[in-house]
Amino acid sequence: MELVLALGIGVFTASGVWLILRPRTFQLVLGLCLMSYAVNLFIYAMGRLRVDAPPLVGSEAVADAAIYTDPLPQALVLTAIVISFAMTALLLVVLIAARGLTGTDHVDGEDEE
Amino acid sequence: MNGWAGHLIVVPILLPLIASAIMLLLDERQRRAKNAISLVTHVALLGVAVTLMVQTVQLGFSGNSATRVYLIGDWAAPYGIVLVADWLSSLMLLLASILGLASFIYAVARWDRAGPRFQVLHLLQMMGLNGAFLTGDLFNLFVFFEILLAASYGLMLHGSGTKRVTIGMHYVAINVATSLLFLIGVGLIYGIAGTLNMADLATIILGTRGTELTLLQSGFAVLGLAFLIKAGMWPVGFWLPKTYAAAVPPAAALFSILSKVGIYALLRVYLLLFTSEVGWPANFGGEWLLYGGIATLIYGTLGVLAARTLSRVAGYCVIISSGTLLGTIGASDGAVLGGALFYLVSSTLGIGAFYLLLELVERRETESSVRTIVEPVFEDEYTGARPEENADEVRIVIPATIAILGGGFMFCALLLSGLPPLSGFIAKFAIIHGLLNLEPTIAPAIGLLVALMIISGMATLVATTRAGIDLLWTPSDRPPPPLRLAEAVPVGLLLLVCLGLMVFAGPTMRYMERTGVSLQDRQGYINAVLGADRRTTEPRTALP
Repeated sequence: MELVLALGIGVFTASGVWLILRPRTFQLVLGLCLMSYAVNLFIYAMGRLRVDAPPLVGSEAVADAAIYTDPLPQALVLTAIVISFAMTALLLVVLIAARGLTGTDHVDGEDEE
Repeated sequence: MNGWAGHLIVVPILLPLIASAIMLLLDERQRRAKNAISLVTHVALLGVAVTLMVQTVQLGFSGNSATRVYLIGDWAAPYGIVLVADWLSSLMLLLASILGLASFIYAVARWDRAGPRFQVLHLLQMMGLNGAFLTGDLFNLFVFFEILLAASYGLMLHGSGTKRVTIGMHYVAINVATSLLFLIGVGLIYGIAGTLNMADLATIILGTRGTELTLLQSGFAVLGLAFLIKAGMWPVGFWLPKTYAAAVPPAAALFSILSKVGIYALLRVYLLLFTSEVGWPANFGGEWLLYGGIATLIYGTLGVLAARTLSRVAGYCVIISSGTLLGTIGASDGAVLGGALFYLVSSTLGIGAFYLLLELVERRETESSVRTIVEPVFEDEYTGARPEENADEVRIVIPATIAILGGGFMFCALLLSGLPPLSGFIAKFAIIHGLLNLEPTIAPAIGLLVALMIISGMATLVATTRAGIDLLWTPSDRPPPPLRLAEAVPVGLLLLVCLGLMVFAGPTMRYMERTGVSLQDRQGYINAVLGADRRTTEPRTALP
């Protein structure tokens, strides 16, 4: 499972980096999205991968930390997801405004001939 | 620290949040109400910042620890969220609130009408800044960075137009990517240390060894890269001058503290966490900062000489200021902090005033193009040029407007280039004096840094003088545009503070030196944060 996750994060990051180096604005947005997925998975993985381990202590509270997974990275990821979601929305608005003002979807606002 | 006074630390974050939330309920046409709310909030923020600083000074000079901790929700330190007000935080809070007030008053004159919700974004930016200066853990630092960035995207795009939107898009994209780097760094650090509270981290990393240490250091390196992109260090700072030049002047003035947030974060993390006790290389990152600072200074000096517009000159002044600070921090491992902090305050205020002023100066050239966006909102308001009968008089005597603008411009130029007798000179002198006294023999890199600091000052002087002759001495057919009180007051306020820094250089320098000492006192910070008393002492009872 670790291998799959690591490969997934790697592929997301690599594709994201390639995309944000492209000249079109939509590619830029997609690239940043993919990179933020990779980063979210990465933070999640930093809490170590556990299967069948709840992050919250139930009502029959047993004071045994070993059966619970670390809840903090999950909370961090939630915050990070919300923030990157908002930023992507904003970037899309700016992208459309730039498209309308410059008439091209090149990131510099002008197409090189 | 009992009763309501204990909650003072959280006010700089809550107050702008509440005020901006209230303003969202108001219609765009209720400008006067919005401005009134905004003004009251800014003045209150300034008052709180001054109070916090006075408390710091009183506590600090009476021998106690000046580091005050506020536990949000009254959770004990490493588990809950902490806000920390110490010497450095109080200083940065005061700096931010002075700059915020000045740029807000300036915007009231006309720029807030260039687009919707200027006041709301402006206050949210203040909230993000204050939060970043107060927070005691890395993840909340990220959150407050995002708040101030989100607001700065809005301010950057304020006024719209093709140029602002295209450059704004670059700015947003670069900062979103930077935030991802920030998160990777934070994730790595959490994965190894299991905590993000800075005081807790400082104790936990003492025990890391081997591969864990390598991973932790990689985490800090990635985090540091994110801070350096914000601060505008050479290979990662190309976005800065053109972004700041495209923003509207009041936003650009407020942005001049944005790059200093990167420096603040660097100072905080670097001095608290990187220590030779752990068996880390004593200067982990120090050489990067030193050589990066030198490269940044070279880039800024060349840029300031090559810049063709004043707003570009100001942008490269930001770069020079960052380079000087990074180089000084890197060269001395924090030993010359007093001078560096003095320089930070003086250059931030100087650049802020310069951004506000240069628009007034350049307005003569671009008046016709700017006027299209300014429409009178109130009946008694007159935005056109002064009546023609003044025109003859203008050619005979120096008009008062030009005299004021010219005087302010000269003041800024002297301040930025670091010539005596203004505070820029005192700051640079303190830095250079400190750097030269570090060791009996001067290392070549430090010699280069000092030389570049002096050369960059000269380059700034050349660039501003050239622009000043072009803009202020060239006779113009048109009478100078009227200077409004609301535009002259904030520039005057900022320059007055700089003048105050010069007149009261002694006490100010003592404060800065003391701040430097407190930053070196790692154990003091750790004890204050981890040993903070909870407000309630009775144990929490479990829910039924």
